[in-house]
Amino acid sequence: MPAAPVLPKLVGQRVKRREDPRLIQGRGTYVDDVKIAGMQHIAFKRSDIAHGKITSLDVSAAQAMEGVEAVFTGAQIAEFLAPMPIGTPFPSPDHRAVATDVVRYAGEPVAVVVASDRYVARDAADAIMVSYDSFPAVVDPELAMTGKPTVIHEGFPNNLAVPLVPSGTGVSPDGKSVDDTAVDRAFAQAEVVIKQRMLNQRLVPNAMEPRGVVANFEPGKGTMTIWSSTQNPHILRTMIAAMLGMGQDQVRAIAPEVGGGFGAKINIYGEEYVTAAVSKRLGIPVKWIEDRSEAFVATTHGRDILGYVELAAKRDGTVLGLKMRLIADIGAYNMLLTAAIPTLTMLMANATYDIPAIRTTLTEVFTNKTPTDAYRGAGRPEATYFVERAMDMLARELNMDPAEVRRKNFIASDKFPFQTQMGAVYDSGDYAKALDAALVHSKWNELKKERDAAKAQGRLVGLGLSMYVEVCGIGPSATLPTGGWEHAQVTVERDGRISATTGASPHGQGNETTFAQMLADQFGVPLEHVTILHGDTAVVKQGIGTFGSRSQAVGGAALHMAGTKAKSKMAKFAAALLEAHEDDLVFENGMISVKGAPARGKSFAEVSHYAYIPVPLPEGLEPGVSEEAFFEPTNNTYPFGCHISMIEIDRDTGEPTLLRLVAVDDAGHLINPLIVEGQIHGGLAQGIGQAMIEEAVYNSDGQLLTGSFMDYALPRAIDFPRFELHSTVTPTPVNPLGAKGVGEAGTLGSTPSIVSAAVDALSEFGVKHIDMMLRPEKLWRIINGPRHSSGQGLRQGSGQGGVA
Amino acid sequence: MGPTRDAMTQVSIKVNGKMRKALIEPRTLLVHFLREQLNLTGTHVGCDTSQCGACTVLIDGRSAKSCTIFAVQAEGSEIVTIEGLAKDGQLHPLQNGFWEEHGLQCGYCTPGMIMSGVNLLSDNPNPSEKEIREGISGNFCRCTGYQHIVNAVQNAAGRR
Repeated sequence: MPAAPVLPKLVGQRVKRREDPRLIQGRGTYVDDVKIAGMQHIAFKRSDIAHGKITSLDVSAAQAMEGVEAVFTGAQIAEFLAPMPIGTPFPSPDHRAVATDVVRYAGEPVAVVVASDRYVARDAADAIMVSYDSFPAVVDPELAMTGKPTVIHEGFPNNLAVPLVPSGTGVSPDGKSVDDTAVDRAFAQAEVVIKQRMLNQRLVPNAMEPRGVVANFEPGKGTMTIWSSTQNPHILRTMIAAMLGMGQDQVRAIAPEVGGGFGAKINIYGEEYVTAAVSKRLGIPVKWIEDRSEAFVATTHGRDILGYVELAAKRDGTVLGLKMRLIADIGAYNMLLTAAIPTLTMLMANATYDIPAIRTTLTEVFTNKTPTDAYRGAGRPEATYFVERAMDMLARELNMDPAEVRRKNFIASDKFPFQTQMGAVYDSGDYAKALDAALVHSKWNELKKERDAAKAQGRLVGLGLSMYVEVCGIGPSATLPTGGWEHAQVTVERDGRISATTGASPHGQGNETTFAQMLADQFGVPLEHVTILHGDTAVVKQGIGTFGSRSQAVGGAALHMAGTKAKSKMAKFAAALLEAHEDDLVFENGMISVKGAPARGKSFAEVSHYAYIPVPLPEGLEPGVSEEAFFEPTNNTYPFGCHISMIEIDRDTGEPTLLRLVAVDDAGHLINPLIVEGQIHGGLAQGIGQAMIEEAVYNSDGQLLTGSFMDYALPRAIDFPRFELHSTVTPTPVNPLGAKGVGEAGTLGSTPSIVSAAVDALSEFGVKHIDMMLRPEKLWRIINGPRHSSGQGLRQGSGQGGVA
Repeated sequence: MGPTRDAMTQVSIKVNGKMRKALIEPRTLLVHFLREQLNLTGTHVGCDTSQCGACTVLIDGRSAKSCTIFAVQAEGSEIVTIEGLAKDGQLHPLQNGFWEEHGLQCGYCTPGMIMSGVNLLSDNPNPSEKEIREGISGNFCRCTGYQHIVNAVQNAAGRR
């Protein structure tokens, strides 16, 4: 037998993606590319005011238009669609997919048009006449908490969605018993206390593909097929079945190519329920595709958490205690995970530090804005920002190096697993290692000299450093209403090729490549012989989906488990053929052979063939090789890192320029470093975007002023320097791969490091904190002194709260 | 597209080397003509204000945002879309560059980004990094942070 070529081990290699050939040739199929004979198009009529009661809704002109199939008002939709469910245990007001009476944010749907094409549907929606009795709007959460000037939902006095939840040292797990002794003692013993109000501002996720849905109810069969630009088709199936009164066996959900999600496509939206319900009602296929302007108001926003942060420390830099009072502006309604996101900010208040006493409280407030939900990082960037900015202010107050004040307070590497004050158990970590790597790779000491030299020349150059620790691999089933496992099935086909399904439905993460790398190595077969299937509930039996940086840590672990089972069964068939013991076999180079005797082997394809025509059938074996696994993680994973930024601010215009960004990330073992780099780059871009140019701005009437790409500054290629990436490797014991997850990490450390760099650059003006984003005009006012800092007429006038 | 047949107008546009004629509503955007009439769905729509560039195609050799012009304005023009870029099964150097350098994640901006890259390299076959970043600044990408896209263009220019 000719010697098979030696196959390289692929895990850990920079394998280029198998998804790409179709995508670079325009051959991918996104939702808007799905066409079905007889399909009609949906358009939503949306409220153009932020708060008011619908007094009349005239659809006659729309209904009379040629090509219009049907028009539904909110009341008519309510006849066949119940209020929308949420996925968190918090109390929630009724939320109709289409408003029936009162509208509570600009962009809330009030009517639905079904028409022959998208132009007619839009024309008809525009022809619907709506009159409102306007109510006052409230967009400031601290004002909303007073119940003035309006109460948005009956039964939620002072607009409190979640009145006040305490967490941390001395708080019982149910939050009912609160003992302040330790926290009070920490602050009583403090030699220095840092206090700062900080806003982690509202952002618009802006996946490049807006949302879209195609629903095809087939009356003869009584089945529903729904295509949606979603991160989690299995959750979509569950929710659609429940809302339409169908069985989950009767609903097939498909996430085709999904053009980005960033958390905003976790939520199951009203438009998904309506499109499906209308298809069922009319018995025809229907499509809805979101416009970008629509997406700005109709797709959930992210962040918008206000933090009152207090840090108690000794003058040697030892942190004694932390208080963090959080106020989350969640917008007008609770969506699927809305209320849970800010709880992650509390969970991660411990950051990378061994802080003896922490008290956080969280209040969630309704305002007349688009609802918030997950956005890349989802609660953890906020925690990182608050704590890291406070640590930086402490370093500045004590005139210490920001690296050293952090090092002094790190959770020591021999203390893992580490139980935090906030109830998390950090799986593994070595924070000093990541910090040291960042200092070495950035040449920190030389950078400081460079900064000082620039400052001596009158340039406004600053350095910022931030640590972070993340929650990834979400998460044990106890932490998620959907269950926190993931599912995979590995099938060895009759010809020796391998098909595998994963419930981790990707939207750019490259699972078709990384998962194939894993299986190719596991079975010793070429990468080209492995196909990864995903995103279709008719193909993928079970799944949860992609969020919380869980694809590799949970989905990959499930795949590894299913692969191990399939390999074990292949070994049994091979053992029978080779008259060897199954434990003595090696799988490599497309062969299964006896250890130490490579000549005694059969090709993988031969063994596969035998598995399906098993004559004779080995005793105790069923024919075929198709094995599945559910992986239930015992804990989250906690990747970490250190990001360093250098920025320069133009003294004349206030315009900031990011000069350097050095990132050290520790995500445990990496399957494909090329893809990991891409994930980190993307996260950095969103973190830098938040720090420097992105912000969802509302006026006092509740109108989104940054409601298009003309007004909302999405970062462009010219906004970034070349990122400098490095890594350390601290594997997790939580899953068999040692992989922690990396999708969101970039958004955590970059943001505070940049703001701290800006404060450093402007230190000569006595500024201690600057709220994001770093708008040039805001920086110019700091440079030009108090007479320019009133911020009159500017919503962000309070942004320089730290000016001494 | 559209209900009022009497208001339809005929267009003749050469797309990816083939002459295409269709009866369309005069208000039909070029991108919808390509996507819905010709089923060339590789050209994407990412915004409604001409910022994102996902709809970028080549019109008579120059990049253009196909959401910003009517199909009737392209009458008599020659258009190349992402589907027409590879020749005889050979990827265009930019397509290859994007693949080699991991220049895409979700892939939604990619066709437009590649078409802008084609335009950039035809104007300037040997661009600096800054020139590349400026040259693709009419195109948004939310996934990659652009670094691997810059690498992809450099790769296509023979610089990597």
